[in-house]
Amino acid sequence: MTSGAESSVSTHESLFEVRDLSVFHGQLCAVDHVSFSVGRGEVLAMIGANGAGKSTLLRTIAGLHEAANGTIVFGGSDVSTLAPHRRVALGISLVPEGRRLFSTMTLEENLQVGAHFAKKGPFSIDKIYQLFEWMPDRRRQRVGLFSGGEQQAVAIGRALVTNPQLLLLDELSLGLAPIVIERIYALIPEIVSQGVGVLLVEQDVTQAMAVADRVHCLLEGKTSLVGTPAQLTPQQIERAYFGSDLSGTSPHGGAA
Amino acid sequence: MSTEMAPLATLGSVKVRRSTHSPLLNLIGLAIVVGLLSAAPWIVSQSLASILMNFFILVTMATMWNLLAGYAGMVSIGQQAFVGLGAYATLYFAIKGMNPFVAIPLAALVCGAIAFPVTYLLFRLRGGYFSIATWVIADTALLVIGTIAFFGGGTGHLLPGLSNLGPRALTDAEYLATWIVAFCAILGTYLLLRSRLGLVLASMRDNEVASRSSGARVTSARRMVFVVAAAGCGAAGAVLAISQPFVQPNSVFSLQWAAEMIFVTMIGGLGTIEGPIVGSIIFFVLQQSLQQQGAWYLIIFGTVAMVVAIWQPRGLWGAFRAKFHVELLPVGHWVREAKPEQ
Amino acid sequence: MIWVNVLIQGILVGGFYALFACGLSLMFGVMKVINLAHGDVAVVAGYTAVFLAPQLHIAEVWSFVVVVPIFAVAGYVIQRTLIQKSIDRDPFTTLLVTFGLSVVIENLLLEIYSANGQSVNIGSLIGDSIHVSNVIYISYISLTVLITAIVVLGALQLFLSKTGTGRLIRAVADDREAAQLSGANYRHIFGIAAAIAFATVALAGIAYGMMTEIAPTSGGINLLYAFESVVIGGIGSLWGTLVGGVLLGIAQQVGAQINPEYQVLAGNLLFLIILGVRPHGLFGKKTAFS
Repeated sequence: MTSGAESSVSTHESLFEVRDLSVFHGQLCAVDHVSFSVGRGEVLAMIGANGAGKSTLLRTIAGLHEAANGTIVFGGSDVSTLAPHRRVALGISLVPEGRRLFSTMTLEENLQVGAHFAKKGPFSIDKIYQLFEWMPDRRRQRVGLFSGGEQQAVAIGRALVTNPQLLLLDELSLGLAPIVIERIYALIPEIVSQGVGVLLVEQDVTQAMAVADRVHCLLEGKTSLVGTPAQLTPQQIERAYFGSDLSGTSPHGGAA
Repeated sequence: MSTEMAPLATLGSVKVRRSTHSPLLNLIGLAIVVGLLSAAPWIVSQSLASILMNFFILVTMATMWNLLAGYAGMVSIGQQAFVGLGAYATLYFAIKGMNPFVAIPLAALVCGAIAFPVTYLLFRLRGGYFSIATWVIADTALLVIGTIAFFGGGTGHLLPGLSNLGPRALTDAEYLATWIVAFCAILGTYLLLRSRLGLVLASMRDNEVASRSSGARVTSARRMVFVVAAAGCGAAGAVLAISQPFVQPNSVFSLQWAAEMIFVTMIGGLGTIEGPIVGSIIFFVLQQSLQQQGAWYLIIFGTVAMVVAIWQPRGLWGAFRAKFHVELLPVGHWVREAKPEQ
Repeated sequence: MIWVNVLIQGILVGGFYALFACGLSLMFGVMKVINLAHGDVAVVAGYTAVFLAPQLHIAEVWSFVVVVPIFAVAGYVIQRTLIQKSIDRDPFTTLLVTFGLSVVIENLLLEIYSANGQSVNIGSLIGDSIHVSNVIYISYISLTVLITAIVVLGALQLFLSKTGTGRLIRAVADDREAAQLSGANYRHIFGIAAAIAFATVALAGIAYGMMTEIAPTSGGINLLYAFESVVIGGIGSLWGTLVGGVLLGIAQQVGAQINPEYQVLAGNLLFLIILGVRPHGLFGKKTAFS
């Protein structure tokens, strides 16, 4: 069912692990017994079609949603029952789907909110201003008026400024032009170089593969494929993503 | 009320019913109660009949409030506006020479007519702002009436036209009037909720966002409900005026009515027809026992209402209904798997 | 000249309304809660001041120094317990619970104090006023309250714009979940907002007691005025609340000048007109509406 079972375990220093996690949306099982880990400075891409359970998974890790069973282990301790703000304090930071900026506040204020609870670390507001050169000039402008790409950058900045050890990115590319997406993704190596682990959720498989160390595919809440970009063929990914490929074979082998 | 025993529909392996047990049993039981209550003036003591009258007035108001809040999602703390307006409409007609009892339905109509344009103002607000606005309306009504000399201003006015009947006949007539009003209020609510309007309301209750997107239909449903509730409270105000019979602004427009109808419904069970009735029964029992203690019954009742709202929001009847699957006045639908045909 | 006095009196009372209302506005802005017991909190504060002052051997006029912090704490506690539990249910429940709270408080006060009024003694300041002309009087206490209102509103606005906690409050008001994701404990923030609301309304309640008599049912009528001020000025704007309060005050004074019976009615009418013509108020953001 899954290929490269050895690759489901990270080669990087251990940081974060999800064990046998199941999450429900009412009666619908959105995440079905999923396990994986993310190491320091590693990028794990969670791919899958719409409704595959990826966003629910991230929200559960961030604490906004309760898991039905399974554990979430961060820095060696079980955080499964902690409130969201406590997880931020420990070092987990989510950039939510749809950006969710404080639209009535200015750019700087958005960053300041993030910085309010920040732990010590490399990402200060000034560092964010270095990463995004256009920001200092527009710091006093209301973010509600920014473009999609600019808002995404602010959202990332707001999460980074908490100095997380694990950064969760939910659908960065949604609603953005390709060139903007590229620019945003170009930041990831910089972030990772500081030792931050990144768990990103993406529908855009190409972009995800380009930046990820490992890939984890979800199909209707279940793990359908795991491996490194080098190991996985396009056909394997297609099958895992859709449940079958154009020639009709399923990831479980045989006809769909 | 339908008495069919067969399910409303059989969709393959699923049956849709109105109630969980025999509607016939329901009907018989209710007929007995109705009969007893109609004959009350002649079988129970004067004082009990008098208590029942106040009970009916409260039940009417609570049923209307429940319709507004429990079924249409509008929390009004200003229904006393229509209680007062109903009382004063009755006073007006009586001063003009009409028999006050005949004026009752007219007063209800007047209140409904006033409520209609008011919705155009009120519906611009949602939630808590809607609620306080209803209170402003009530306050305004109180103030406006208080300035009208024809009605005796702030002091009030005695309701004329009641002296032709002898004292015993008068109290009997008052009793019957309040009983009929309460009966109509409950029956009317029951029929309303079983109608198509009731379906719209049920869909609104279950999913505000989805129902908001069906726009106009929802708004007119809410408008209709608000008007009906106003008319109902107006009728209650009318019989209140007849039973007092000195009509005074501070009494008929009192916020106390709002408090009572709200607490009673919350404790009895919001969103069920039986709820306001159950709550009113409890209320009167409590009030009779604590009569000597001034405002304590209201304090206790209010506290209980708050506790119920937080910990048992379905109220007493709601909890009872959920546990025992009993409904006296069913307005919802039950879906059950059909037993396989033998 | 009489109309100039009307204007001035309206402005003076408007300051009081704004002080009374800013807590209501804050609680709604941050937690989407309308505290129907808001007015009654002010009345309880007034009674508390009168009760505590002799116990602590301070002049009643300084009682606010003790009472306001007590109420700030009380606000935090009540928010974290009763009101939060109601919020967790739904907005409906919050309305009903705060309504119940209001009725319970008023009737408790009636039982304890009966319907008699109570005044906060401010010694020689009562009754003294500046005589600008034959018809224009500016009472010292009203002027003080107006100035206090402006200072408090200004301080609150500064607090919200410039401090970290103020920013957090605005963030939570804007998007609660996103604020949680940035590390904010939203329940605690709610508590702070409630603490501020209770503190300001306690101050207003004591001020009320200095200007007129407090009665157990005074809370209700002042809640009405507070609410009208917020709606007229615009939901979501603190300075709007001040403007709304002043306009309400002026409308009431104009009404009273025509006929004393018309005072409250005139205010209600202004409110209803604004509601009909410009529902989001003069400076408001459309947050009370869907």
